[in-house]
Amino acid sequence: MSFGPITLGHYLSLGGLLFAMSVIGIYLNRRNLIVLLMAIELMLLAVNMNFVAFSHYLGDMAGQVFVFFILTVAAAEAAIGLAILVVLFRNRATINVDELDTLKG
Amino acid sequence: MTITGALFYFFAAVLLFAAFRVITARSTVHAVLYLVLAFANASVIWILLRAEFLAITLVLVYVGAVMVLFLFVVMMLDTGSEDFRDGFWKHLPVAGAIGALIALEMALVLMGGFQLTDAPVLDPALAKLGNTRLLGIEIYTKYLYPMQIAAVLLLVAIIAAIALTLRQRKDSRSQNASQQVLAKKADRLRIVKMAPVIEVPATVATGEKK
Repeated sequence: MSFGPITLGHYLSLGGLLFAMSVIGIYLNRRNLIVLLMAIELMLLAVNMNFVAFSHYLGDMAGQVFVFFILTVAAAEAAIGLAILVVLFRNRATINVDELDTLKG
Repeated sequence: MTITGALFYFFAAVLLFAAFRVITARSTVHAVLYLVLAFANASVIWILLRAEFLAITLVLVYVGAVMVLFLFVVMMLDTGSEDFRDGFWKHLPVAGAIGALIALEMALVLMGGFQLTDAPVLDPALAKLGNTRLLGIEIYTKYLYPMQIAAVLLLVAIIAAIALTLRQRKDSRSQNASQQVLAKKADRLRIVKMAPVIEVPATVATGEKK
C-alpha cells in the first residue's frame, strides 16, 4: 500500500469498495426488505462518491450538479419505498421477502 | 503522507466499517444507526473534495430526513419476532465471492489509470465565489429545466407517499360540509296530518255539573 498523495484512484477505489459491500449486503439480507432498501442507499452513495471525485479532479461542476439530482431522486425513492413498505406491512403483517409470494400463482 | 491523506484514510476506514456493519448488523435499528455513521463519514470525505454544499446537503437531507424516516418505519413495523438471518451463513460464500469479484475488477481498472493527483487550478475569480455559489450558478442557468423537473418529481413523491398510506378510520365520525349544505327541508322535516284534539277546560267541566 503506497502512502503517496491521494489520487483520483483512491476515491474511485473507495466508491468501488462501497459498491461491492452493498452488493454483498443485498445477497446477505435478501429476507429483510428494510435492509435491502438501505443497501440500495449505500450503492447510491458509492455512485455519488465517484461523481464528486471526478468533479473535483477534472474541475467540472457538472458532476456535482448530477449528485444534487441523484440526491433528489434518492429521497423520493426512499419516501415512496417506505410508504409501500408500510402499506405492505398493514396488509400482510410481514416484510419477509420469502413470504411475499402472492404473485407466484 | 499529508494531513489530507491521513484524514482520507481514517474517514474511509470508518466509512467502510460502518457499511460493513450496516449489512451484517443483527438488529435493523443498529443497521440504520450505522448507515447514519456511514453518511456522516461520506460527507466529511466530500468536504475533503471541496464539495461543501453537497456534504452539508447529505447530512441535512439524508441523516436529517431520510434516515429518520427509516428509523420511524423500523420502529413502527413490529418485526421483532421474525428472524431474518436464517440464510445468512448459507448466502455468505456466494455473496463474498461476488463482492470480491466486483472489488477485484474495479481495482484492475482503477489501479492502472486515474493517477491524477491534483485538481486543476481554478480561475481565481471563480475560486473566490466558492463552491456553493458556483453550483448555484450552474444549476440555475444550464440546468434550470432539470431542476424544475426534479421539483415536480418531489411533489409527485409527496402526493404518492400520502396517497399510499392515507386511510379513513372506520370508527371516526366526521362532517361532510357539502352534504350538509345540499340538505333539503324534506330530508329533515316530516309534517304529519292528524285530526285536532280539543281538550275541554277543567273549569267549564265543573260549571256544567252545577
